[in-house]
Amino acid sequence: MRMLTFCKRCAMEILRDPLNLLFGLGFPIVLLLLLSAIQANIPVPLFEIAHLAPGIAVFGLSFMTLFSATLVARDRESALLQRLYTTPLRSADYILGYMLPMLPIAAAQSAVCYLIAILLGLPVNVRILSAILLGLPAALFYIALGLLCGSVFNVKQVGGICGALLTNLSAWLSGVWFDLELVGGAFGRIANALPFVHAVELQRAAVSGSMAGAWPHLLVVLGYTLAASAGASWLFLRQMNKQ
Amino acid sequence: MNAIQTTNLTKRYKNLVAVDNVNLSIRQGELFSLLGVNGAGKTTTIKMLSCLSKPTGGDAFVGGHSILREPLLVKGQIGVSPQETAVAPHLTVQENLELMCGIHGFTKEKRLAKIQELSAQLNLGDVLSRKAGKLSGGWQRRLSIAMALITEPDILFLDEPTLGLDVIARSELWDVIRALKGRITIILTTHYMEEAEALSDRVGIMKSGRLLTVGTPEELMKSTGAQRFEDAFIAIIKEEKS
Repeated sequence: MRMLTFCKRCAMEILRDPLNLLFGLGFPIVLLLLLSAIQANIPVPLFEIAHLAPGIAVFGLSFMTLFSATLVARDRESALLQRLYTTPLRSADYILGYMLPMLPIAAAQSAVCYLIAILLGLPVNVRILSAILLGLPAALFYIALGLLCGSVFNVKQVGGICGALLTNLSAWLSGVWFDLELVGGAFGRIANALPFVHAVELQRAAVSGSMAGAWPHLLVVLGYTLAASAGASWLFLRQMNKQ
Repeated sequence: MNAIQTTNLTKRYKNLVAVDNVNLSIRQGELFSLLGVNGAGKTTTIKMLSCLSKPTGGDAFVGGHSILREPLLVKGQIGVSPQETAVAPHLTVQENLELMCGIHGFTKEKRLAKIQELSAQLNLGDVLSRKAGKLSGGWQRRLSIAMALITEPDILFLDEPTLGLDVIARSELWDVIRALKGRITIILTTHYMEEAEALSDRVGIMKSGRLLTVGTPEELMKSTGAQRFEDAFIAIIKEEKS
């Protein structure tokens, strides 16, 4: 009950921030429309809607890091967390309270991305639902990364690190904008060692219905999600005890 | 029984003693002010008493419970209004109050009754539907105090409640604090002399983590031979320096 109250509050804080809506929904939709317009004039296989939409859906999820990090950092700076530490809320209530309400927000964001993609020509089928569901581990990874950053950095730093650096890094290393195999070398190896490209490939596999190819990517994403969640919990509790 | 009793309460950081062997007794129903310049140790003392920070030495009994051994029982008796406004900015005033009620597990009936009572007590009725982040500093502080009062605490900690407020907002907040006086024990930190003098039953003056003296504003003026409370404060601080 207490945790649900805190969950509800976190969801309201995120959904009522117009900047979150602008970045979380507006930016991915604009990119989807823009790249589809380019594709219509100069066809590139990478930007075909069935290939592009999963990438943009994952790119949209990367903003979850910014949202959760900003919320935690702001709560620390405004001393709201300090106030809540004097209440019966327990450690798990905070961690789950920050993370859980963002999952439906992430799912809704992916759904909107795919809805726009359908309007742009993506065939309607049940595989889109599985893609949205399989996007949740990646969403949790980005959310946990936000909790981790919000526990360490202040609001201004979070804006730079999670808003600019991470979203760009995540996009470059995910194979959305260019084929990683064309770059190859160290860049390709680094990209393959990180979860971003696997999150995109997982989505592409789900949309194309080739689930056999999806499992290796899912395992990598789940591994990173577990590691990020553990790291975020540890860092959050550390700053909580430091109070 | 005293509302608060500390014994050699100490907080050390690596190379700094933020609170140094503080022995303090605060009576039930008293408004006690901790006064001192920046870095005196006021906020650190409050953080320890409200179980936000563990002491590195000594102990304190808040409402008869040890902050070291019974922090949950201590938390059940206190309300805290931190130095910063500590409100959820995108939630309305009513939603902020509901948040605190929900976290404390109030029933729907109790929640509604409590919000109505606190709105009347702190004159929040006109701003209940406004987002907290859009309120002026004075109203945010008022909301912050209301949030701290939601559990009907026996002991209320107000950390620099009027910091950064204009004269009118400060005066209005003083009225709110005066209205609470006597009903609950209030521990207030401030570095405004006139605030300590106007509101407090007794004042403790801190410097460099140590509690230099405790007394009523009149007693402190008398002991230093000062005509004004501010002069008494300066004399006590300077005397300690020499």
